[in-house]
Amino acid sequence: MNPNLETDIRQICKEFGNDRGRMMDIVIAVQKKHGCVNDDAMDLIAKTVATHRVEVESTVSFYAFLSTRPRGTIVIRLCHDIIDKMHGSDAVAAALAREVGVPFGQTTSDGKITLEYAPCLGLCDQAPAALVNDVPVTNLSTDKARWMVQELRKHHDPNQLVTEFGDGNNAHELIRSMVYNNIRKRGEVVFAEMKPGEALQKALSMSPAEVIREIKASRLRGRGGAGFPTGMKWEFTRGAPGDNRYVMCNADEGEPGTFKDRVILTECPDLMFEGMTIAGYAIGGNTGILYLRGEYAYLRSYLEHVLADRRKKGLLGKSVCGAKHCFDFDIRIQMGAGAYVCGEETALISSCEGTRGDPKNRPPYPAQKGYLDCPSVVNNVETLCCAARIMEKGAAWFAQMGTTDSPGTKLLSVSGDCKRPGVYEVPFGIPVREVLAMVGAEDAMAIQIGGASGQMVGPKDYDRPISYEGLATGGSLMVFGPKRNVLEAAHMFMDFFVEESCGYCTPCRVGNVLLKDRLEKILNGQGEPGDLDYLQELGQTVKVLSRCGLGQTSSNPVLTTLKNFRNVYEGLVKVNQDKFQSSFDIKAALTPARKIIGRESVIYT
Amino acid sequence: MAKPKVATASLAGCFGCHMTVLDIDDRILKLIELVDFDKSPIDDIKHFTGRCAVGLIEGGCCNEENVHTLQDFRKHCDVLISVGDCATMGGIPAMRNGIPLEECYAEAYLVGPSVHNPSGRIPNDPELPLLLDKVYPCQEVVKMDYHIPGCPPSADTIWETLVALLSNKTVDLPYELIKYD
Repeated sequence: MNPNLETDIRQICKEFGNDRGRMMDIVIAVQKKHGCVNDDAMDLIAKTVATHRVEVESTVSFYAFLSTRPRGTIVIRLCHDIIDKMHGSDAVAAALAREVGVPFGQTTSDGKITLEYAPCLGLCDQAPAALVNDVPVTNLSTDKARWMVQELRKHHDPNQLVTEFGDGNNAHELIRSMVYNNIRKRGEVVFAEMKPGEALQKALSMSPAEVIREIKASRLRGRGGAGFPTGMKWEFTRGAPGDNRYVMCNADEGEPGTFKDRVILTECPDLMFEGMTIAGYAIGGNTGILYLRGEYAYLRSYLEHVLADRRKKGLLGKSVCGAKHCFDFDIRIQMGAGAYVCGEETALISSCEGTRGDPKNRPPYPAQKGYLDCPSVVNNVETLCCAARIMEKGAAWFAQMGTTDSPGTKLLSVSGDCKRPGVYEVPFGIPVREVLAMVGAEDAMAIQIGGASGQMVGPKDYDRPISYEGLATGGSLMVFGPKRNVLEAAHMFMDFFVEESCGYCTPCRVGNVLLKDRLEKILNGQGEPGDLDYLQELGQTVKVLSRCGLGQTSSNPVLTTLKNFRNVYEGLVKVNQDKFQSSFDIKAALTPARKIIGRESVIYT
Repeated sequence: MAKPKVATASLAGCFGCHMTVLDIDDRILKLIELVDFDKSPIDDIKHFTGRCAVGLIEGGCCNEENVHTLQDFRKHCDVLISVGDCATMGGIPAMRNGIPLEECYAEAYLVGPSVHNPSGRIPNDPELPLLLDKVYPCQEVVKMDYHIPGCPPSADTIWETLVALLSNKTVDLPYELIKYD
């Protein structure tokens, strides 16, 4: 055993109060120091925080960024979501594998470089992209990939790959990233100027009940996608019995094609933190947790700096905005470690409690029993920004924007086959066609709205508005040009869900694999008309019987393409006269036995 | 009018499902009033004598002969039913699917604890069908019309299914017959 391991683990565990509820922080810190969390480390952690070894291992094995075995000192995670593939990530992957000398999933024999794939990194507007340890590298080409590996071989420092900085705060000394914000359109809610403290002062001059009344009057709904009325959520949480109440900000932006929270975190974290503080005041809580996805770790120091600054200004900490308000509130950042399902609110809470990101049964809802079984509000980054702005400018001002059922503005993350990918703040109710004109994608054959779990729609739906009552989206809008195959797109989304399902419930764990297999059969030209009914029925089963939002939406790529692009499916299937499955290949099935036995089949010659 | 014909086959199964068909007890007398048996291990008819209304298949496909038989059934039967878990999902034989075929052959013929094989060779008689790379449930090889789960399905389930099918009614199985835990 590494002699330092024991000392380090004691030190790290102590730093987190030997609290097994902080298991995520502990294992992330151990991995950072020792490259992985191996068997010895897991035993030691379990002993130090007085829990079972299996608890530690179940956490470590769950998250993509954590490993029980040593990986390279440099881990290159290439994004292989659909948008990156459309922009040539397969060629980049081949170039990387050649230059590094190992295939994806492996580490070089000198232990220096590991190659891995990652689902959406939140950089679709500058794809193909990769994370080199924590450092995002964007707009990769095969040349740039080769250059990157050669550089890393020279200096082993991912930070030195950043030769020029992106726009805005990406150039801040605590971020120093090549990532671009690509803010294409600023609206009045999120991307307007703000003075830290102004909204908070206004909120604190009111009673918590009045704050909640104001949010309810604004008719603000959750921006993560589900659209639950925010004021109601806060009211339930305030009304639920409990000694402590928590505000959780969901910055686990993992929905493929979504990256607007990354831009908020880079450009307007004050607005978000202010929203969290206001929520804390409204529900009667003293602690906020920002759950930051592991892929955005490069923003952490900057966000910590913003928090420190707010503490200095009296906007966080003991007696926020002066003793007269009798309100203490502080925020900590909880790092994630690469798990899409943690964007689901109950899985996010599990992760914050230091366990696997397993969703929990609802009810009880987090408002009743959330983090550590205390009433908790879980809001999206953008929702909290809106809440702060509503306090600053008033519910009436907010409610007059957008539509009656979807007031305010919405940030769209636009990527794919368009001339101007990036983030757009538009009023709710805007027709798809108008957005497509704005982004330079008038010829779009299809769009996937709402991410992988959203819906794929074609031109006949382009006059529909983007809103909760129309086409709903948590922010993702992926554009597919005239040459793309919508079924291949649906297949890639299914790939994603198969990978990201937590495996707890059968409909999601098994159903998504079956959907993907049947889709493959059709794509291979071996489908028959009955397969479409099968997909419809199975898709519906997965939707209705899954335990959490992941499975309840994972069949959407199949169901919405079946609905909106049925002609594409019908063009690929044909009636099977002899009722033999054309996907079954007897010759291929016999190949291994023919080789072992050393003779040909006497039946199938 | 001639009675409809029923054929049955046991592929990669244990014959348990066939034994359960016999478990319908005295109803077998009623059954032969309703149908004639064609190709089946029950009457030992080796080849189809004509078109059949129903084919009952026990077991999945583990070798080329299973595939051949199943395809033959598909050609001759109007309705093809997977009877039991092996036919439906591969069942116990499919437990080999995670093991390379080479190791399966070696365990059976070369290194298994009860193997006596001084030649040290894997038998290579053309009479022995070649194994498939893995065990396939029936519906991955041909289209199956119905699936009756269970290991084995109870005699009542098989009976109710057959009677419903032959009298052209919707099968309405009570909960007890489709509950498996």
